[in-house]
Amino acid sequence: MNYHWDWGIFFKSTGVGSEIYLNWFVSGLGWTIAVALAGWIIALALGSVLGVMRTLPGKLLPTIATTYVELFRNVPLLVQLFIWYFLVPDLLPTPLEMWFKQGISPATSAYLSVVVCLGLFTAARVCEQVRTGIQALPRGQNNAALAMGFSTAQTYRFVLLPQAFRIIIPPLTSEFLNIFKNSSVASLIGLMELLAQTKQTAEFSANIFEAFTLATLIYFVLNMSLMGFMAWVEKRVRIPGMMGGSK
Amino acid sequence: MALDFSQIIPALPGLADGMLLTLKLLVMAVLGGVVLGTLLALARLSDNVLLSRLAKWYVNYFRSIPLLLVISWFYLVVPMVLSWITGDLTPVGAFTSCLVAFVMFEAAYFSEIVRAGIQSISRGQINAAYALGMSYGQAMRLVILPQAFRKMMPLLLQQSIILFQDTSLVYAVGLMDFLNTARSKGDVVGLPHEFLLFAGAVYFVISFGASQWVKRLQKRFAV
Repeated sequence: MNYHWDWGIFFKSTGVGSEIYLNWFVSGLGWTIAVALAGWIIALALGSVLGVMRTLPGKLLPTIATTYVELFRNVPLLVQLFIWYFLVPDLLPTPLEMWFKQGISPATSAYLSVVVCLGLFTAARVCEQVRTGIQALPRGQNNAALAMGFSTAQTYRFVLLPQAFRIIIPPLTSEFLNIFKNSSVASLIGLMELLAQTKQTAEFSANIFEAFTLATLIYFVLNMSLMGFMAWVEKRVRIPGMMGGSK
Repeated sequence: MALDFSQIIPALPGLADGMLLTLKLLVMAVLGGVVLGTLLALARLSDNVLLSRLAKWYVNYFRSIPLLLVISWFYLVVPMVLSWITGDLTPVGAFTSCLVAFVMFEAAYFSEIVRAGIQSISRGQINAAYALGMSYGQAMRLVILPQAFRKMMPLLLQQSIILFQDTSLVYAVGLMDFLNTARSKGDVVGLPHEFLLFAGAVYFVISFGASQWVKRLQKRFAV
């Protein structure tokens, strides 16, 4: 079988407008980043709240958070995405449903669905990390704060969370990388992110190896840069004298 | 929106076929992934610098790209590579290319678990095995790996549960697994929502049940 190698393919015209294939990859990467970052904001905010809830005294709030985590961790991501994209819009009040289906472009509606889906999906994982971080702290921290007259809210705000978040930066980094990788499911509901653009390039140009090699390279570099960034953050916020902070 | 779940009952045999394919893919991918992952872990831990570095690259490479990319890529590439090797055009189905993708991808994750498992066995064990005159192969097979696998069983199972959920990604290449069967059956009878929710519920019950079981196992295995 003859395969026509051509590493210059990325600079050739796609035959659509005046674009070259590289333009597709750049725009795909843009969507991937836009999905992942927006999803991450939701995941971090909601995940932190849930993580705190799991460690609170009482019965109701921890149970709610636990149920959330079990639900979102045990249903495949793709099923969740289909629910957000195909099912939830039908449950919305009519004006909102019409807006979602007709008022906005297909790319926007796919974008909104995948951001909500990834945000809520990743929140369950962030929650577990936050909970682990809080529980990893010595009990004395909590007791000392209460003894000093801090309210529960103040204890979390000034004593527990600032320490817990520092401990969990490494596992949070891996969740942060996961949300970038998981954003590739958006290609299955028609959002032209990096993977979808790669597939399209492979189909248009028949240069399958080149297209997927470039995509792999982009994901790889993206991963490395994010890891480097998070390592920098970890170093910046390190408390001298604590948890390897003497370095 | 009123939900009507009554149409699921006549569709159950078809859905069972889909689940069968999902489970077949899962079992084969786990077995293949654990075998390849163990070899990778042994390579990673070997004294041979080249071998160890190759294994490290392999793991880093597969852990930095999305599974969906691997599935889509292998779907196009596996038939091509096979035809280069065998010389003639052998059409392999989506199932084979997906299986290859899962095995190669999951091996990277399994190898990290196996590596940690091997490293958790004290050095005295391998020294004792050598002192008894065992070869490297014998020491690994008869002394180290049996202990390591016992320790890492909960983690391997946990990873398999994640893999069970991830098999739904074969939707991308049109393989009729459980999710895809549910989607198409739902479309045929015009009740896509009900079938989607049913599929989600089934995945939930299996994953949740399995992970509770693994948790119990973990407690029992704890030393």
